[in-house]
Amino acid sequence: MTYHFDFGWLIESLPVLLKGIRITVQLILIGAVFGVALGIACAWVRALGPKWLKPVVATYVELIRNTPFLIQLFFIFFGLPSLGIRMSELSAANLAMIVNLGAYSCEIIRAGIQATPRGQFEAGASLAMTPFQTFWHVVLVPALQRIWPALSSQIVIVMLGSAVVSQIAAEDLTFAANFIQSRNFRAFETYIVSTLIYLALAILLRQLLAGLGWMLFPRKASR
Amino acid sequence: MSLIAITEVKKRFGDNEVLKGISIDVAPGEVVAIIGKSGSGKSTLLRCINGLETIDEGSIVVAGAQFLPDEVHLKALRLKVGMIFQQFNLFPHLTAGGNVMLSQMVVKKTPKRDAEAVARKMLDRVGLAHKFDALPDELSGGQQQRVAIARALAMQPIALLCDEITSALDPELVAEVLAVVKELAAEGMTLVMVTHEMRFARDVCSRVVFMHQGRVHEIGAPEDVFANPRTPELRQFLGVQ
Repeated sequence: MTYHFDFGWLIESLPVLLKGIRITVQLILIGAVFGVALGIACAWVRALGPKWLKPVVATYVELIRNTPFLIQLFFIFFGLPSLGIRMSELSAANLAMIVNLGAYSCEIIRAGIQATPRGQFEAGASLAMTPFQTFWHVVLVPALQRIWPALSSQIVIVMLGSAVVSQIAAEDLTFAANFIQSRNFRAFETYIVSTLIYLALAILLRQLLAGLGWMLFPRKASR
Repeated sequence: MSLIAITEVKKRFGDNEVLKGISIDVAPGEVVAIIGKSGSGKSTLLRCINGLETIDEGSIVVAGAQFLPDEVHLKALRLKVGMIFQQFNLFPHLTAGGNVMLSQMVVKKTPKRDAEAVARKMLDRVGLAHKFDALPDELSGGQQQRVAIARALAMQPIALLCDEITSALDPELVAEVLAVVKELAAEGMTLVMVTHEMRFARDVCSRVVFMHQGRVHEIGAPEDVFANPRTPELRQFLGVQ
């Protein structure tokens, strides 16, 4: 082996790399917050909502869960302008991630809602709460607690999947890596660095989600 | 005037008629025990009074509030009658205090401080003032059921429905729950309870309703019902010859 490793490019490429990291982090934060919010709304519809709305949400969920993320992204960025809906690369990437996570998290959260004992709904009703008040104040938090590990995994999957937004020239971490590699021709070094950054981001995100769960859900004082 | 007027109530689940025309009037301050075999319709009747089940025929009026299956009427009805369940049904993510505060704040829009004051008072009333910050998981079954009673009381109902509230409890915990119920009865709360605690029914209740196959089979003062059962079905249920 005569290959000589060279990481000297790192210093001058640091600004590009940092911008890529910032955009990836931004994408996942926005995607996670709005995606899960959309997922909660859709899960409510599918589990407890008005009958007429159920087929609408079911169609959305099945459409997204049975098509590739890259195609969804292309459709939003290249397809929608034909209808006069134009947006920046970053907006398209954000929207695609929200829509994608919304569909997957809908099904995960719905499972949590449907595992709620009937007595919880009845207790809410007997205290004169409306069905929606019961859902919001009684059912939702324990339902999220039940499926929190699965939901956390899905958020991490979406974060890693965000790499494909570089395909529409959204300047995320993968875009930055490709850009740097095309300048320095140091493919091994560039991609090992970006791999490690993704790894670090994923671990950090999992920790963040675990911490959020720790704050959101009640814990026993003892034990 | 009766507080709860149940008139000719019929209820079907598909082809199965569970209530075949029930009429019972409950006066204010009365403590009524409903006894009977499982499948006799006693729990269904109780659930109808609180609107957890709709009725097919007849009428249920609680202190002037007619049972109608729409949100406005249901809310009015449920503000008047509280319900306590066999499985406690405490909200697992809230503390004992939070359980008692929630519906006050959500339904009655009571400010948090006032709701908390009421919650402390109600928990004190069931002997659990010191458990305000405990989660349901950290409480025994008897304590959980007492929190459920406090939670129902916090809405200031004029009547309480108790659906086999001691059936899921270990025998040694039954007494602490029944003591609370007994105290409520002594304070004049109107109670309708489905129960298997015959001794409690005999000691505390003003009237006993024996249900059999979806009908009121016998009704009367506990002395009469327990000492002189008139029908063979009740004699068999009570295990007397």
